[in-house]
Amino acid sequence: MANLKTSEKKTKAQSMGMHTETLTGKTQQKFFNPDEAENFFYWGTYDVDFNKRTEIDVKDMDCKEANEKIDSLMSEGYGTIVIKNPQGKHSLGVGILNKLNLIFEGSLGYFGVGSIDGPIVRVNGRVGWSCAENMMAGKVVIEKNAGSCFGAAIRGGDLICKGSVGARTGIDQKGGSIIVGGDAGAFTGFMMQRGRIVILGDVGINLGDSMYDGTIYVGGKIGSFGSDAVESPMTKNDIEWLNRKLKVAEIGNNYDVSKMTKVVAGKKLWNYDALEPTEKKGAI
Amino acid sequence: MCGIAGLIHRGKSSNVGEELQNMLQALKHRGPDSTGYALYANNDGQNFILRFKVGENVGEGSTSINEDESVYDERKKIVDKKLSELGASLVKEEKLTPYSYRYEIKYDKDLMEFSKAIESIQSVEILSIGKSLELIKDLGDATAVSERYGLNKVQGTHGIGHARMATESGVDIKSAHPFWGYPFADVSVVHNGQLTNYWNNRRVLENKGMRFMSECDSELIAVFLAEKMRNGATLEEGMRESLTGLDGVFTYFVATKDSLGMAKDTMAAKPLVLYESDDLVAMGSEEIAIRSILPQEIETYDPFDGEVKVWQT
Repeated sequence: MANLKTSEKKTKAQSMGMHTETLTGKTQQKFFNPDEAENFFYWGTYDVDFNKRTEIDVKDMDCKEANEKIDSLMSEGYGTIVIKNPQGKHSLGVGILNKLNLIFEGSLGYFGVGSIDGPIVRVNGRVGWSCAENMMAGKVVIEKNAGSCFGAAIRGGDLICKGSVGARTGIDQKGGSIIVGGDAGAFTGFMMQRGRIVILGDVGINLGDSMYDGTIYVGGKIGSFGSDAVESPMTKNDIEWLNRKLKVAEIGNNYDVSKMTKVVAGKKLWNYDALEPTEKKGAI
Repeated sequence: MCGIAGLIHRGKSSNVGEELQNMLQALKHRGPDSTGYALYANNDGQNFILRFKVGENVGEGSTSINEDESVYDERKKIVDKKLSELGASLVKEEKLTPYSYRYEIKYDKDLMEFSKAIESIQSVEILSIGKSLELIKDLGDATAVSERYGLNKVQGTHGIGHARMATESGVDIKSAHPFWGYPFADVSVVHNGQLTNYWNNRRVLENKGMRFMSECDSELIAVFLAEKMRNGATLEEGMRESLTGLDGVFTYFVATKDSLGMAKDTMAAKPLVLYESDDLVAMGSEEIAIRSILPQEIETYDPFDGEVKVWQT
């Protein structure tokens, strides 16, 4: 586990516009000891083999049947599953807490691949609203466009859309990276709290409105800044990180990231205090 | 929540009745209370098609007051008398349900005066007037309404439709979409969202002589656009003005005899997925609506906030 108190990490995070507070007290280290990692599994996860591949046609299945079929195949050890004919159905590929290669040959409707933790997903089509909502870890690549609320409340992982995305991309984002090759709609990064958003094209109005923390990088024009979203200078660390991430995202070949606009929280809207409710009561 | 769908064939006709039925049925989960169609059919264009109702459908979860069907016949007789007084000649008459009719009429005077006279009859509402517009709305899902009115064989160029979940007004035909753009022939509107300055706008528009038949906020869009066009604005100009004139969240479609348009509010709070090719534009609240007529892999996208688009046949 990373030691969040080291001065090097703190300086790097600060230089990229991330959180400035020092995390103290209990951390995940207490509960996820690396020595125990080998024996740690989520409930309902399976030991799968990426070389074991299969295909399923979900044309005549509803989302529940399709998701149960994916789960059943994972329980049989399949580590690469190709979904044929998703045809815009909602809630496909949700709740997968497993390592898995999942490939959709077509487009998804709303809430596609939501609440996942670990799989590598490729959608050879478009996705509807709220794709990968609450994603914890893994990598999701969308080959075409995405609807609104792309990556709502994600905690981790890389969420990539090679086309354009709708409004409120990264709303309530709590970690991870969202990378968009095209344009993004209004209220991108609305109320985001952690993580990074990268938009290579233009963004709509109210960018980063009421964001608490995190960083947004925009390559094109910005419709307008939202409340408390402010421009910040690009640093060497930003440029290094962006170049590395764009390579991972398979987009933006030869893109000059140094010319991007970096947006962070002005923190003027912050209204936190350090007192716990019981202490506050005492103080009053 | 409500679901909306629309399509326009460019340079050709198709079975728009069946296509829109499939699209709206795919959106049934968004609005099970009522379904409406505005189909632009291949009529001969000689006469006006007048669709009107003389009462409500009181079955299927309706919130309307139950009436004896005999009053419907009485009201229909008064409509016929008014038509004669107005100088309109009846070419063809069809009774579609106990409470709704489709008339083909010859009439060449002012449509506003005509509509006022017909709608002065108790509980009579004109659903639409136009030379190609066939506006049908009733309680039930898309298939039920289509079967009741025989819509799956309607050939035409374009159409818009609506699957309604009643939230701000009753489960009845008068609150169902589409709304006719009174007093303009062949103009119809469907809407998904909520308008928060409905009453302010309604009071202003009523003072200008515009008419509202329901208390459904969506009707405001049809009246708002009609009033703009009455004052010389083009459809697209009226739609652009609606982005600031209407407050709330909305995605709406508007259709005229040869065009189809969409507008999305500046917060992009309501969904819309759009497919556009050289010969067809299809759009709906969800991609599954488009997939119901185009199952093959296609390029679709979400229009952005504050976007207005208009396509011609």
